[in-house]
Amino acid sequence: MVRLGLVGLGKMGISHLAIANSHPDAEVTAVCDPSTYVIDGIRKFTKFRTYGDYRVMLQDENLDAIIVATPSRSHRDIVQLALDRDVSVFCEKPFCLEAAESERLAEVAAARGLANQVGYHARFIATFREAKRIIDSGALGALHHIKAEAYGGVVLRPARGTWRGTRAEGGGCLYDYASHAVDLVNYLVGAPEKVAGTALNRIFSADVEDAVFSTLMFGNGMTGQIEANWSDESYRKMFMRVSVWGTNGRVTADRQEIQTFIRTPPPAHTGLKKGWTLRNTTELTEDVWYYLRGEEYSAQLDYFVQRVRDRDSRNISSFESAAETDRVLGMMVADGTQNASLPKGNVSLGSKALGNKPLGNRSLGERPSAGLLHWSRQ
Amino acid sequence: MERILFGDNQFFGVNHMSEEKARAQSVRFSDMKAILDVLDGAYDSGIRVFMCTTQDRVEEICDHVRSNPARYAGLQFYPCMPYAHKYANAVTEHGLVNAMRKFMPSGNIVGTLMKGGLSLARKDMKGMAELLIDGEMKMFRGLETPVIFLQNVVTDLILGLGMHEAFSVFADHVRTKYKAEPGFITMNLPRLLDALDEVGVDNPIVCASINKLGFRMCGGLEAYERIVGKRRFRPVAMSVFGSGAIAARDALEYVAGQEKIEAIVFGASSIENIRKTKAIIDDIDRVRLAVPA
Repeated sequence: MVRLGLVGLGKMGISHLAIANSHPDAEVTAVCDPSTYVIDGIRKFTKFRTYGDYRVMLQDENLDAIIVATPSRSHRDIVQLALDRDVSVFCEKPFCLEAAESERLAEVAAARGLANQVGYHARFIATFREAKRIIDSGALGALHHIKAEAYGGVVLRPARGTWRGTRAEGGGCLYDYASHAVDLVNYLVGAPEKVAGTALNRIFSADVEDAVFSTLMFGNGMTGQIEANWSDESYRKMFMRVSVWGTNGRVTADRQEIQTFIRTPPPAHTGLKKGWTLRNTTELTEDVWYYLRGEEYSAQLDYFVQRVRDRDSRNISSFESAAETDRVLGMMVADGTQNASLPKGNVSLGSKALGNKPLGNRSLGERPSAGLLHWSRQ
Repeated sequence: MERILFGDNQFFGVNHMSEEKARAQSVRFSDMKAILDVLDGAYDSGIRVFMCTTQDRVEEICDHVRSNPARYAGLQFYPCMPYAHKYANAVTEHGLVNAMRKFMPSGNIVGTLMKGGLSLARKDMKGMAELLIDGEMKMFRGLETPVIFLQNVVTDLILGLGMHEAFSVFADHVRTKYKAEPGFITMNLPRLLDALDEVGVDNPIVCASINKLGFRMCGGLEAYERIVGKRRFRPVAMSVFGSGAIAARDALEYVAGQEKIEAIVFGASSIENIRKTKAIIDDIDRVRLAVPA
């Protein structure tokens, strides 16, 4: 049995908790959150031992691994302490807000031989894995362009009350949405060397961008584009799509479907023919032991539990690959800031409406921003 | 329980095969009249149950049915609650506690407010759950709702967290307040039946993906077949076409041929497909019932 602890009981944390708790080879023994209201509720209704401070949890519990699902800025300190205590880590994305920190933690995890994974679940979506297989087979010929998109309706009003709307906490469309698109690019074709023309546009938010557009440049002359917008309500839920063009065709994949167009038929083992080949998630997705909200969320935790059990520090979505993603995100921040591309009119729309008003009623023990301070304190 | 239940995925841009198809359906059904035309077609082909989520647009459908009682004589709704996106988005936007506060019924009724506030403060699961259920049920006032389902995201979340008493809270409230049978939608049938047994929800209605592909059937096809045949519960089959991957006749023969399966839920965008699907199920049932076991 792999003994697991979980830090951070927000939406992702609770989802991970339910999935991990159902795993036949894992046992979640302890959970931690600074909100007394949430942790009291968990204590009252579940069997997990509860903590308000992750340091106490790591001290008192004999854990093989922890799942970290806290606001992004707090990842570094929590992950560092876990690694110091010889505990493997699954950390939510994005990994760290400074790529140098991510790289350092990746080195520590590798040196200690600990399982290390970051929650880029798109790497576990069957259609994207199929795209990877097709690209690696060489069937598309020499690659020359990639486009990765992420859209959804997260922020549709100026008011934002949580850490996702706070730049210093790692909020914003770049780290929340575009990070998935960037990581998918890195997964499929490797990381770009440079970025250019980055726009970090505000639509509703006062402190963070709501849309990200950027051009990627690869060493071999290949180019790419990132388009992400978390203020687009026309999508029922988060939508991701990636297209890759090569001299012999192209592939386009989203969560449900993968469409490949081939000019000259590749070897039979690729399963591709001249013209279009369409496959979808129903035939590509492998069964999982427990389903909550998409097979990929179960698959990534199953994969992690196996790595912990085998004490294997290699990983499809390792700290190292997440550090590469953080490096590209960092380049986009630098480029976007330099371009000063924030449209002023929209900024004032956001600022005026949001201002520096305190977060609503904070009775009942929940302290949204106080909680954030708690996570990040040294 | 009726044999054939008409679902609502197609109306709200849910398609597990293709984002493009989902969007095309979402565009077509952004017009309420298009939805009502298809519902009329389902009703006129003899289907008497609309199994639907509790999202805002369903309220418009309810209003329409309430205004035309003669046109929809005998039409029943099987609500599936809660509409999880609404809550998930609120939690992302406001945090867990503020989101809960937002969904506690508001209004001038002092008692409700007191119950909501006190329940929230005391972490009274029963009190909170009852208020949330009542909030979701408001749109169905005056309509027949003999079966009320808990949506799979919530069923499976409760299951995963091991908060199994919540299932009996839901079952008791649905039975006492709405005189309805509780139903549970799940992607994890074997585990859920164990959990329902544990908290004493006897012979429950459980709606699960059941198809010959094994699509979204956690525990595996064989386990499902064994369980459906042997365990004490009332199975409702969904995702019977494996999201379109199985030919209609083939798919329906597989589910309608399993004696214990009480009901089949399906969705379709064209009246022609609704009629065909119903005719196939009726045909299989006729043959099955005519042959003595």
